[in-house]
Amino acid sequence: MRAFTQLDGLVAPLDRANVDTDAIIPKQFLKSIKRSGFGPNAFDEWRYLDRGEPGIDNSKRPLNPEFVLNQPRYQGAAVLLTRDNFGCGSSREHAPWALEDYGFRAIVGTSFADIFFNNSFKNGLLPIRLPAAEVDELFAQVAATPGYRLRIDLAAQTVTRPDGKVLSFDVDAFRKECLLHGWDDIGLTLRHADTIREFEARRRIEQPWLFS
Amino acid sequence: MPKTLYDKLWENHVVRSEADGTALLYIDRHLVHEVTSPQAFEGLKLAGRKPWRVSSIVATADHNTPTDHWERGIEDPVSRQQVETLDANIREVGALAFFPFKDARQGIVHVIGPENGATLPGMTVVCGDSHTSTHGAFACLAHGIGTSEVEHVLATQCLLQKKMKAMLVRIDGKVGAGVTAKDIVLALIGKIGTAGGTGYAIEFGGAAIRALSMEGRMTVCNMAIEAGARVGFVAVDDTTISYLRGRPFAPAGEVWDRAVTHWRTLVSDPGAHFDAVVELDAAQIQPQVTWGTSPEMVAGIGDAVPAPEDFADPVKREGVARALQYMGLTPRTPLAEIKVDKVFIGSCTNSRIEDLREAAAVAKGRRKADNVMQVLVVPGSGLVKRQAEAEGLDKVFVAAGFEWREPGCSMCLAMNADRLEPGERCASTSNRNFEGRQGNGGRTHLVSPAMAAAAAIAGHFADVREII
Repeated sequence: MRAFTQLDGLVAPLDRANVDTDAIIPKQFLKSIKRSGFGPNAFDEWRYLDRGEPGIDNSKRPLNPEFVLNQPRYQGAAVLLTRDNFGCGSSREHAPWALEDYGFRAIVGTSFADIFFNNSFKNGLLPIRLPAAEVDELFAQVAATPGYRLRIDLAAQTVTRPDGKVLSFDVDAFRKECLLHGWDDIGLTLRHADTIREFEARRRIEQPWLFS
Repeated sequence: MPKTLYDKLWENHVVRSEADGTALLYIDRHLVHEVTSPQAFEGLKLAGRKPWRVSSIVATADHNTPTDHWERGIEDPVSRQQVETLDANIREVGALAFFPFKDARQGIVHVIGPENGATLPGMTVVCGDSHTSTHGAFACLAHGIGTSEVEHVLATQCLLQKKMKAMLVRIDGKVGAGVTAKDIVLALIGKIGTAGGTGYAIEFGGAAIRALSMEGRMTVCNMAIEAGARVGFVAVDDTTISYLRGRPFAPAGEVWDRAVTHWRTLVSDPGAHFDAVVELDAAQIQPQVTWGTSPEMVAGIGDAVPAPEDFADPVKREGVARALQYMGLTPRTPLAEIKVDKVFIGSCTNSRIEDLREAAAVAKGRRKADNVMQVLVVPGSGLVKRQAEAEGLDKVFVAAGFEWREPGCSMCLAMNADRLEPGERCASTSNRNFEGRQGNGGRTHLVSPAMAAAAAIAGHFADVREII
């Protein structure tokens, strides 16, 4: 897994609540058996004026000028600023794959859906929860300031605004360690293989119907 | 100290814990389908790892499979490759059971697990699919997971998980005639919102839940995720146990008796503490219809489409305005006046035998309205299809002008050829009314199977209580 330590990134605002994973990456792109290449189809239905299909050349498609991420000032954004319940709906990990492939490394919002939140950490994409009032201020500052950037420090659990104000965020200690080091979860878990085997052996005796 | 059902399920599966409470949870059942597994199998292979316990795996192809003309196979080459990749992966690693495309027991992964007795009380169940919460109907701890977690479970038989907070949703009283499990869960989502259950494990209880069949409980637990909760479940009772008796993968003989003794303990103890309690009176629930692009945008059939100015919160108001524009709806329009172009009866929410019976009861002796272009009835599995045909339900649907299809996920998410065209409006028994969910530009209204059939007959949303 790609590690996340610090980031100084351009911020793009997506000012709506309940952005679902169907919107982040529509179903026709889920037919891929790869993990990469989803970036050009992130937010496909909002981003383009035509209907996207796998295998077509996205660079030739008409862009929707109304969609915020198509505005010149947000090109190259690495931080997505959003509202409540981002990533709700389908468990598709293609959503964080698409966001990461697009170029985002962190998502700042008030709340995230549980499965999306979890999937993001597995892909070096940091979801940051901040209080609604702080998110409101960030939206206002981004709108007023072309080239608005945030500095994010995972070890310190801080987001620093251009005006120097420092915002703190919470993150589970275990997830934080894994992300800071880019550790492979499976490798970590397999260090406890003997414990898993003992647990399983006991279970096989106590509840044999689970093993038929 | 009295324990919740969640406490019991959790404690029964913790292999070890980190200092911050992150636990390794042992996984009993791993359901696998073609969309979210290929990258996991590939990752496993690239790392030179083997699946930990293949007898935990039950696999099927459901999302991409066509629902008609099976003799032609899967015509879309990209879909076909994904289904063939699943075939190859399962052939290589093995499984307890595999129901490939065209198999007599193939079907939607959340339908086939329970009907084959592969979902048993007290299990941890995972699947790379958010609607895995369905299996909670059997007092399972059933998590929808991402593909990295699919790979993690394949490799380690464990899931890394932190214990969530516990919520009790108590639905007391009795629902009126024509009001179903779907209406109960939509009314709940309308009350607590699509993020209301975020961070919680929901136990559904109360007289109205106890009165539901296993099919109805599956419908309710299925949509726990639409209330934001990754897991939702119902305690074991006689209904649970009698459903399981004699199913292919359920235990038998002396082991059955031992299992039942254990399963009877899978209830919350009296006085157990919940972090949140939500109560609904079943008698107050009307048949529900969603009007927006989030399942929380829902109202009773007797109500009208709201206006953005009804909502005080500016973000919500803006969201409602955007939803109404997408849905092509004018504020204050009575829901019963909204005409539909297509009807979809199916999905992991509502494609089981009882759902088809409810729809058939409304369709019987009637005919779809002329303005309704297509009514798809897609059974959840090959077994459901055969049962329905044995009861003559297929004939009722065909006589009403509905199409009787082969099993699969179909137009719930439109990965196969079944989809809405831009601007088309659909009464759907599925679980998500998100923009584009049933096809780019499609407009989805979530309803129960009975309400979907009523809309097909009337040509617009109609109160099923006035029809039955």
